[in-house]
Amino acid sequence: MTESQKNHGRRKADLTRAYELIAFRIGAQEFCVDIMSVREIRGWTPVTPLPQSPGFVRGVVNLRGAVLPIVDLAARLGFTAAEPTARHVIIVTQIGEQVVGLLVDAVSDILTVTDDLVQATPDVASEMAKTFVRAVIAVEKRMISLIAVDHILPEPKWTGA
Amino acid sequence: MDSLAAIKQTFFQECEEQLAELESGLLAIEGGIQDSETVNAVFRAVHSIKGGAGAFALDDLVRFAHVFETALDHLRAGLLLPSAEVTGCMLRAADVLADLVRAARDGGSVDAARCKALGEELAALDPDGAGTVPETDDGMDGIDFAPVLVELDDLDALPAPSGRHFTIRFTPHPDLYAKANDAAVILREITRLGDATITCDTSDVPLLSELDPEGSCLSWTIRLRTASDAAAVREVFEFVEGDCDVAISAEAEEDGEDLDVAALLARLQGEVAGETAEATAQQLIADETPLPGSEVIDLSEVRRQGKAHEVAPEPASKPEATAASTAAPPTIRVDLDRVDRLIDLVGELVINQAMLAQRVFEAGLARASGVAAGLDELEQLTREIQDSVMAIRAQPVKSVFQRIPRLVREVAALTGKTVRLVTEGEATEVDKTVIERLSDPLTHMIRNAIDHGLESPEARLEKGKPAEGQVRLSALHRSGRIVIEVADDGAGIDRPKVKAIAARKGLVAADAVLSDEEIDNLIFLPGFSTAASISDISGRGVGMDVVKRSIQALGGRISIASRPGEGSTFTMSLPLTLAVLDGMVVTVAGQTLVVPLTAIVETLQPKAVEVHGLGGAARVIAIREHFVPLIDVGRELGYRGNDADPLDCVALLVESEGGARNALLVDAILGQRQVVIKSLEANYRHVPGIAAATILGDGRVALILDVDAVVARSRSDAASHETFLAAAG
Repeated sequence: MTESQKNHGRRKADLTRAYELIAFRIGAQEFCVDIMSVREIRGWTPVTPLPQSPGFVRGVVNLRGAVLPIVDLAARLGFTAAEPTARHVIIVTQIGEQVVGLLVDAVSDILTVTDDLVQATPDVASEMAKTFVRAVIAVEKRMISLIAVDHILPEPKWTGA
Repeated sequence: MDSLAAIKQTFFQECEEQLAELESGLLAIEGGIQDSETVNAVFRAVHSIKGGAGAFALDDLVRFAHVFETALDHLRAGLLLPSAEVTGCMLRAADVLADLVRAARDGGSVDAARCKALGEELAALDPDGAGTVPETDDGMDGIDFAPVLVELDDLDALPAPSGRHFTIRFTPHPDLYAKANDAAVILREITRLGDATITCDTSDVPLLSELDPEGSCLSWTIRLRTASDAAAVREVFEFVEGDCDVAISAEAEEDGEDLDVAALLARLQGEVAGETAEATAQQLIADETPLPGSEVIDLSEVRRQGKAHEVAPEPASKPEATAASTAAPPTIRVDLDRVDRLIDLVGELVINQAMLAQRVFEAGLARASGVAAGLDELEQLTREIQDSVMAIRAQPVKSVFQRIPRLVREVAALTGKTVRLVTEGEATEVDKTVIERLSDPLTHMIRNAIDHGLESPEARLEKGKPAEGQVRLSALHRSGRIVIEVADDGAGIDRPKVKAIAARKGLVAADAVLSDEEIDNLIFLPGFSTAASISDISGRGVGMDVVKRSIQALGGRISIASRPGEGSTFTMSLPLTLAVLDGMVVTVAGQTLVVPLTAIVETLQPKAVEVHGLGGAARVIAIREHFVPLIDVGRELGYRGNDADPLDCVALLVESEGGARNALLVDAILGQRQVVIKSLEANYRHVPGIAAATILGDGRVALILDVDAVVARSRSDAASHETFLAAAG
């Protein structure tokens, strides 16, 4: 919690200065998350599927003794679900108090961006864009969407049995 | 300062003793032992704590102890009868006192509201109905000693005795105490002026029964040799002017009667004799254990000194109880989070070790190779570390057992039976989480043993047994589990009666042929109650089935051994910790699952003739003439769309909440294993049908099945299915 608060605080403070992002690819599009929320990057390992879970939750893996849920970011963002291979990558991300693995095609870049490069998400019809894209960043004529990680996990609507 | 800390530590060690004595004394009083020795012992325990606390300026503790002491004094004087209400209140007060002591020792905080409420409750016990809480020490303290911190460096700094002599007669009014002043403080101020010889006049102290706890019965005569003048002496009394009588007269020198500070401290009321304060203190130190460089008089020394003077109306009962003889083993207190983190890490280590072992095995390294030998050692070390870490959280079952005597008395009183409780193995240790959840089932079992197990005294005498029944409660470790037994020497289970009742209630077929063991186990069925009349204690039909369920929830098992006429023994076996679980590893539709072993009654291979369809999609399986619902785990969890062929599967007969039996269909059984429980909620959320997760030797996550949830789910699925059919038709 304190860690994420710290990250959050830093992110805010850094909006006026340069800050670092990890960019990754899903299909043809590029996305990024704040490097401060990334714990580690791992290769794909087979998951244990969870019953009664949304399609974008692939299952859980063992992260050094902790149970790590794996979210298929492609499925979450409305693309076709990934068919993971050993070349797929899991970005282990801190979201609030939880640690979640984001399954992506590949990590493409580490960016240092300044505030002036960050633009508000253009008002498009896509529900997905409104929910999961916090901002867009223009880098070298590419457009990279900044993921709103706190919306990635499903709402805990039925916590009971 | 070090010596002060050491003395403080001694005080707290003594407090622990006093608290134990207090509790056992109160329990004895509650049990009907009301001789003056017991009551006095209880009173002394509280008083000693209060006295010591005063010396260390532990104000909260002093205040509460004082109120408690006042109530106990009424008890001692016979003004208050030890009714169940009174002793109950006092036992709770003892808990608060213990909390306060611990808070004072460890710097924690106490529940102020509870403390206050009990303080008021205690005050309300005042037979005069006054109900007020005196804030300061009053005449009451004349009864026993009240140690006061004596700072010898102050005494060292005394002005050279010279000049004037005064005789001061100091008689406080009750108002002085009511205004939260303290005679002791004033007397101490006077001693700072010079050499003071203080004599306490106790001639006005009435008999205890007539003593007004808020009154003032003591007066003091002080002979003071000082360099100061009369005005300075008068100034000492400035704050209490009007609330006391002070007569100061200058006097010619006389050095006859001197002050024994120790005795004064020990018994404010005491006859006093001795040297100057300084000399007495030195003498005290020399007389008893030498304490070179000590700045403070050890309380126990003072108390012993007081006893040696034999001025106490009642001598202390445990003068030999010095710190050395009863010192608790040294302990440190650690944040629970840190311990939990350590347990997590060790869990990871265990998994890692298992993975490593599997990889070595897979790599085909021979058993004799150095690698395999090293691995064995690693495994042994890992287990040892795990056991040691678990031991950190372990606590003796004493904390649960301690509540039982009270329960036994209550139930015995309600049933009119006389019961003797024997406890064994109180020091047996088990994980904190288990301890916390042990109390309820144990309470049920003890109640049942007394209410249903033991016969009435008359019936016992008829059978040639002693009128007093015996309930034995014991705990021991057996093969990595804790076994708790509740045994009674009553009539044993009346099997024909049990079977008749079960048959009448439709729990079992009337003509069923049951073994003794099966009949005994009928009492665990929900809704079963053998008591002819529903009593307050048990027999609401929520008895043993609830016990069984809560024990199963802890991953435990319960069994009965009963011999007609000789009694019954209920044995529960519990895991030592809730962090690991004994599970059966199974595969379902290619997934590996763990089923808690405690839920499984038996496993079987379904045969074609045993499986029957029932209604739409439902199937049942015949197990010894009983039809049991067949639930396909793979389908319930959504691993496969269609029901598997039961003939290719293995059925696990499970007992779920309420004792209902179901057969769970799984593909194959891989084996039985102890697994470390990992939370799914920590990084995700609760998953229906899944209790938790674990990590297997191959490093993969396996889910632990929540048997009750899966069974409940299969029911609701069927219900919605049928509703749908009804709507469609």
